[in-house]
Amino acid sequence: MQDEPTPVELTKAVADFLRNDIAPQITGHHAFKLRVAINVLDVVTRQLTLEEGSDAAELARLTRLLGNEGSLMELNRALAEGIAAGKLDLQTPGLAAHLWQTTMDKLAVDQPNYASYKRELARDKGA
Amino acid sequence: MIESELSRSVVAWCPGATGVTGAAKLSGGASQETWRFDIVHPSGNMGAILRRAPASYSAAPERAAGLDAEARLMQLAYEAGVPSPRVLHVLTPDEGLGTGFIMQRVEGETIARKILRDDEFANARPILARQIGGVLAGIHGLPLQNLPALRRMTATRELKEFERDYRSLGWPKPVFELALRWLRERDPGPSAEVTLVHGDFRNGNLIIGPDGVRAVLDWELAHVGDPMEDLGWVCVNSWRFGEIDKPVGGFGSREELFAGYEAAGRRVDPARVQFWEVMGTLRWGLMCCGMMQRFRASPDHSLERAMIGRRASETEIDLLRLLAPRGT
Repeated sequence: MQDEPTPVELTKAVADFLRNDIAPQITGHHAFKLRVAINVLDVVTRQLTLEEGSDAAELARLTRLLGNEGSLMELNRALAEGIAAGKLDLQTPGLAAHLWQTTMDKLAVDQPNYASYKRELARDKGA
Repeated sequence: MIESELSRSVVAWCPGATGVTGAAKLSGGASQETWRFDIVHPSGNMGAILRRAPASYSAAPERAAGLDAEARLMQLAYEAGVPSPRVLHVLTPDEGLGTGFIMQRVEGETIARKILRDDEFANARPILARQIGGVLAGIHGLPLQNLPALRRMTATRELKEFERDYRSLGWPKPVFELALRWLRERDPGPSAEVTLVHGDFRNGNLIIGPDGVRAVLDWELAHVGDPMEDLGWVCVNSWRFGEIDKPVGGFGSREELFAGYEAAGRRVDPARVQFWEVMGTLRWGLMCCGMMQRFRASPDHSLERAMIGRRASETEIDLLRLLAPRGT
């Protein structure tokens, strides 16, 4: 077991340092690149925070949907092949809900401010 | 310095010009660069833009029409009354500037978010969807026999390329698989009418002023094919920049777009437009994945490319909203 501080605490600290202390001193093209770099760290922080839970839930859904066991990568490959071959489609019970949840979990890490995601998230919360 | 080469070029073809000033690079990748500069002239300086591929770069990417074709298309568009910069000069090898062309600089805004939010464009926004319909009709009406050599594309060919690009990732993306399957099953076949297709007509590639569309840019992906492709692409959610209830670039409705197109004497096939909107959404998703591949392969580790790679999931949610909408 590794010691503390945790990776999330570290990436967050670096992102906050760059955002609060460095960004105000930088202008022009480097300011743009710095913003991109801070966004990268924010993605990493969100992934480190959320991935474990969303991966476990995804694995459980895939195991149920496909009826066999495997790693997340193996089961995703099997799902992709099943869709490509027409063995699984939107009529397959649970498929649409699985794709929606998996995609929502990706957006929560990649682009939580994306308008389509916010719209769908509000729908989840309103329901 | 590029200004000395530009000055030599300009003096040779622009009567009265004495040189150039203020050259600045606006954007540039490995294959293409855009520069702005002013032509110095006794009757007043003229704003100009250089678009070029540096001399060292020869192999054109397979999808690109090429800079000579771009120049020709812009000139044809300009002559037909489509908002377009006037092409002033096509570069020749002896000028030492590489291949490309020089065009008149059109003032206005291309940054989509500014066009969608700034007060300056408040009067333009409500008319843009309809106006864009008219502009696209003008592009699709350009006579085929005058066009430079361009790729002939169909949905079937494009889908094969998507499939190849997707498989090259070696990374399972079930939503992309679903979209590929959906598209294959609904491929409408070759269109009855084949026209010039701009190929990247969207918010971000248009110069907009307070009065509306001033110029259509970036003809790099122009080809010949189904005109409904351009109408579908301009509606892809990625080009609405947050204004997701206004399908046409975040400006307005499909009905306005179609009305503008039909008022210019052309017919819309809404089912084909919808098909091409799904195609376009997947296409942008695959382009994001391509950025990830380039990030990984190239030594400069561009963080921008890496982050665009992480935008593929935006197209996945948009594909689901199109193919498997939840409730209403």
